[in-house]
Amino acid sequence: MNGMRIKPLTAEGLRAAAQALHESGGRVQFAYAWSPEGSKTEVRYICAVPDQQDFDVWTVAGRKLPSLAPIVPLLGWYEREMMDLQKVGFSGHPEPYPLILRDSDSTQINGGGLNSYPPTNGHAHLPAIETGEVQQLPFGPIRADVVESAEFTFFYIGERIIYYQPRLFFKHRGMESCFEGQRPDHAVVIAERISGVGSLAHALAYCEAIERAAGCTVPVRARALRVLLAELERIYNHLHYLGHLCHTTSLKVGEAQGKLLEEKAKQIIARLTGSRFLRSLLTPGGLRRDLTPDRWLGASLETLRQEFVAYVERLESSESHLDRLITTGPLPERIAFDQGATGPIERASGLDRDLRRDHPYAQYAELPLTVSSLKEGDAYARERVRIAEVEASFILCQRVLLLLESGPIRSECVPPPLSHGLGWAEDPRGSLFYAVHIGRDGRLARVKIKSPSFSNWRAFPFTVHDTNMMDYAINEASFGLTIAGCDR
Amino acid sequence: MALWTLFGLASGKATTPWPKDGASDGQDGVLGMPRYNPALCEEGCAECAAACPTHAIQAKDGGLSVDYGRCVVCQLCTEACPGGAMEPSHDWAFGVRDRTDLVWSNDRTSHPAADRTERRAFRRSLHIRHVDAGSCNGCESELQALNNPFYNLHRLGIFFTPSPRFADLLLVTGPVTRAMFEPLKAAYEAMPEPRWVMAVGTCAVSGGIPGGNYACGTGLEGVLPVDLYLPGCPPNPSAILQALLMFLDRAPQRVRGGQISG
Repeated sequence: MNGMRIKPLTAEGLRAAAQALHESGGRVQFAYAWSPEGSKTEVRYICAVPDQQDFDVWTVAGRKLPSLAPIVPLLGWYEREMMDLQKVGFSGHPEPYPLILRDSDSTQINGGGLNSYPPTNGHAHLPAIETGEVQQLPFGPIRADVVESAEFTFFYIGERIIYYQPRLFFKHRGMESCFEGQRPDHAVVIAERISGVGSLAHALAYCEAIERAAGCTVPVRARALRVLLAELERIYNHLHYLGHLCHTTSLKVGEAQGKLLEEKAKQIIARLTGSRFLRSLLTPGGLRRDLTPDRWLGASLETLRQEFVAYVERLESSESHLDRLITTGPLPERIAFDQGATGPIERASGLDRDLRRDHPYAQYAELPLTVSSLKEGDAYARERVRIAEVEASFILCQRVLLLLESGPIRSECVPPPLSHGLGWAEDPRGSLFYAVHIGRDGRLARVKIKSPSFSNWRAFPFTVHDTNMMDYAINEASFGLTIAGCDR
Repeated sequence: MALWTLFGLASGKATTPWPKDGASDGQDGVLGMPRYNPALCEEGCAECAAACPTHAIQAKDGGLSVDYGRCVVCQLCTEACPGGAMEPSHDWAFGVRDRTDLVWSNDRTSHPAADRTERRAFRRSLHIRHVDAGSCNGCESELQALNNPFYNLHRLGIFFTPSPRFADLLLVTGPVTRAMFEPLKAAYEAMPEPRWVMAVGTCAVSGGIPGGNYACGTGLEGVLPVDLYLPGCPPNPSAILQALLMFLDRAPQRVRGGQISG
């Protein structure tokens, strides 16, 4: 009912369970530590099991565990995060360096303890280079253009990149700790501010988690409108993506047109909801206020769709654009799976997974959804998957508008003390999860956020090593990463 | 390539002439800061203050103190208020020169303005270096929108520049995370004089949601000398544009004592 099947494990049994899951084709989605009031810290692993809608949740008590990263590489970052923020120790970790905090930092997150401390798990994150021919280029954290802060280090010879290391988490804002002690209904405002361009998806996944903890049912009209809003968010994000990709391939009019279409989408969204980022709409149990998508919305979306189709046709016949994308930054299926790539990135590398279809939420189970996936894994495939998703989103929006019935938009939703829930949503950038724990006082005790960019940043460097400088910006744009959601 | 050139020519102008000629600012329907109507406020109620996630509204001496510099535009107060004292509005042009102008007050007289003669030379050519000091990416999304064909910031002689050494104005978003504190200071130090600082978004003005927790400061106050404040979560592109023009004395400041005019 709450989206989870809890399976208690022991530290000794962890590796065998991970091996068995790996062999069955299942995948660990994320892991986090949770320290209930007055009892021991436990680590939770959330796993997708083939052909099962609920997620398996392994719980293991203790702060000293074996690292599962050698079997499930994508867990490397989650374990390092727990080492930094909650002082959980993982033995046998292949890369035991700080991920989020620096030496002088401390935390007060749940399980971080009352005593602040610097991370103690390791040393420099850059490899030592002993030959003088390799040059090192640090770039950031403040970079050219209006972009988010992060530091990228390139080791290179001439045009050739030998090794690439992104240093993220300059933007770590301790957002998970902001939830602690808050009322579950008001905290949706915090969820909306984890990643601005994913505000709706974050609010949706958060509300789903609270609703599963409370065992409440969301009215049909609210579920339908949630799909409409989520797909509008996908449309404006992907339009921005296409405009930005054209920027990196120097297709100036293509860039202007992509960003103009994004602006048109945002203005349609603002007219419908009052917010260009779809904020202040969702609440646990439904919607905060009803929306009246009159006929103008369907007509505006149809005009936008036609402009989009014409735009894509021009992109597809621009050889200079295509030449820069085809074979650029290939991400093999094996690496995409092992390192946890998600969303359009994994779907462009042959992994056919989508939370909307595989673990339906809101009203997706009742709607016609086409999930596109491609095998090539290059920048062009990543572009084409997103183009196909925009087309599918327009269809979903029109279907919702066609079938929308009047009715209530909100039901009572109060999660009982000491309950917990798991919520998820297919963000424009991939799988987004919220795990929530309610304390004795009915307020939030712990909220863990697994954002899609956290997963995709982990996979991205594998497409940069051993490529060349000229392709870097195009490759990065083809991933469409954000940093705020990853750093939190 | 001819394909794109022809398409561009055939499409015509997409740019709004706003703020000229009563043209569209592109913000139809956008909700702004809730409007405070003290006459409708019930004494001792304070429901809005309890709902406010950033303490922008605080119960004080039987009344309310309202600081728009802390408002994240979440609209919770307008839903909690039983009497219409906190009312949804479309007031988003909240750029001010003096931080106290963001605090609601009956006194709407102008604050003694800083000497702005130095700025005159920059009226038709202002170069901005943006620094993300830990935003949610909402502000960046709107800043990037400024260069889309609809707003087309260049037409006003305002440009983003890659290096702080070419910049006149440092535009900062985010509450200033621990890790971004030093790089932010370094960017400011690298700028030639005269130099100015603009805080964009409620996080940069006062810390916003995460302000003051283990990872964040409370915005630019006490970090850099701020010349221009623009709260909002995030401020929309027209609000940013209006604030920049106001900074250059090409548009009036619309908010005094937390109340909007014109």
